[in-house]
Amino acid sequence: MRLDGRKLNELRPTKIEVGVLGNADGSAYIEQGKNKILAAVYGPKEVHPRHLARPDRAVLRCRYHMAPFSVDERKSPAPSRREVELSKVIREALEPSIFVEYYPRTSIDIFIEVLQADGGTRCAGITTASLALADAGIPMRDLVAACASGKVDGHLVLDLMDVEDKAGEADVPLALMPNLNAVTLLQMDGSLTIEEFEKAVNLALDGCKQLYALQKEALKSRYVAVKEAVDE
Amino acid sequence: MPLFYEKRQLVTPGDLLAEDDYVAGDNTYKDDGKIYASRIGLVDYEARKVHVVALKAFYVPYVEDTVIGKVVEVTTGGWIVDINAPYFAMLRASDVVDRPFKPQTSDLPSIFDVGDLIIAQVVAYDRTRDPLLTVREPGLGKIMRGQLVEITATKIPRVIGRKGSMVSMIKRETGCQITIGQNGLILISGKTPEDERLAVMALHKIEEESHTSGLTDRVTEMLKKEKEGVEHT
Repeated sequence: MRLDGRKLNELRPTKIEVGVLGNADGSAYIEQGKNKILAAVYGPKEVHPRHLARPDRAVLRCRYHMAPFSVDERKSPAPSRREVELSKVIREALEPSIFVEYYPRTSIDIFIEVLQADGGTRCAGITTASLALADAGIPMRDLVAACASGKVDGHLVLDLMDVEDKAGEADVPLALMPNLNAVTLLQMDGSLTIEEFEKAVNLALDGCKQLYALQKEALKSRYVAVKEAVDE
Repeated sequence: MPLFYEKRQLVTPGDLLAEDDYVAGDNTYKDDGKIYASRIGLVDYEARKVHVVALKAFYVPYVEDTVIGKVVEVTTGGWIVDINAPYFAMLRASDVVDRPFKPQTSDLPSIFDVGDLIIAQVVAYDRTRDPLLTVREPGLGKIMRGQLVEITATKIPRVIGRKGSMVSMIKRETGCQITIGQNGLILISGKTPEDERLAVMALHKIEEESHTSGLTDRVTEMLKKEKEGVEHT
């Protein structure tokens, strides 16, 4: 039993919504436990500044940003070292899922805004951004689902929240394209034995697959609702 | 050579659609003999070809498409037009001006200025260069009046309907002129604002319910009901 009453291999209660923003080409919103994250996608469109354009593929740009009110103590809205790094890591986790070579000389811009943070925001950010990309109609190999596992108080657990992450011994964020069985992000913070690491990865893989089912459901829900209303 | 989904079933990117002997059509890709969906949409099979009718996608220019665009820049040799695609389109001055075109003497902004909406046709496009437009066909040129409706470009075939059945029905029921841009912009001009309102409503309904069947009948019914309602009040 964990602090919030979850089992060791249980995800936080998760709610996902797609197409929440009117002005972006694609968008999605997630509530995973106390995390609240919004993702928006623009593009493919002309690249500005011009010199960044690649003649053979689209450039993917990503900004992960935490709102000043997303944490206990006000966070400066300027991008911190951590946010710049996470932006890069998230971009690299999403890039393999997109057919960037289909639209040369363009850019695809992803904005991830953390409204409320409670641990595991990089993973939730990837999960949400992937849906926003699909909502923008960008051709993709697969959706990307991401989830962390880790070791807290000697136990391997799934989907760490902030306290568990800070007090725990290790944290293993992992992003997966479930249908292709391809891992696009794997990090580890803390220390685990080789056996523990393997178990942690399997645990995280399992979490990703659960999230993937939620993602698909969220993506389809709007169309399913209309169809049901019509069929009546 | 199994198929994993029925016709017209909803799929999301990454869903495995078919294996082995099938050919990957629109919005799908083949990897290691397996065909997956690459966009959210409805599966369709034609003989050996598997494709997905996308429910959400942006416009990609195609030669001979009629498009509706907005002039974003006037340059010395022509105009740059936003056609709602990943690339801006070019319209050359020599295409519009009858006399031999001289940049020094021609006043291009007096023909099309920034912000003007135009109906044009794509004459060349190959991804390595920006699409090229022409307005030298009957029915093309500057838009003077009407209402513009924007829908997802992939739903344009649904608006047109089988052999134009849907759009001709809307024209008949509302008495509006309708010009369809393949890039998802539709121009409506009617005799009264009420006629235009009906046509706009019909188009929004089509976009909303494009993935269901029996749509033409439901839209006809809705238009008839709306028209009656207006006459009574």
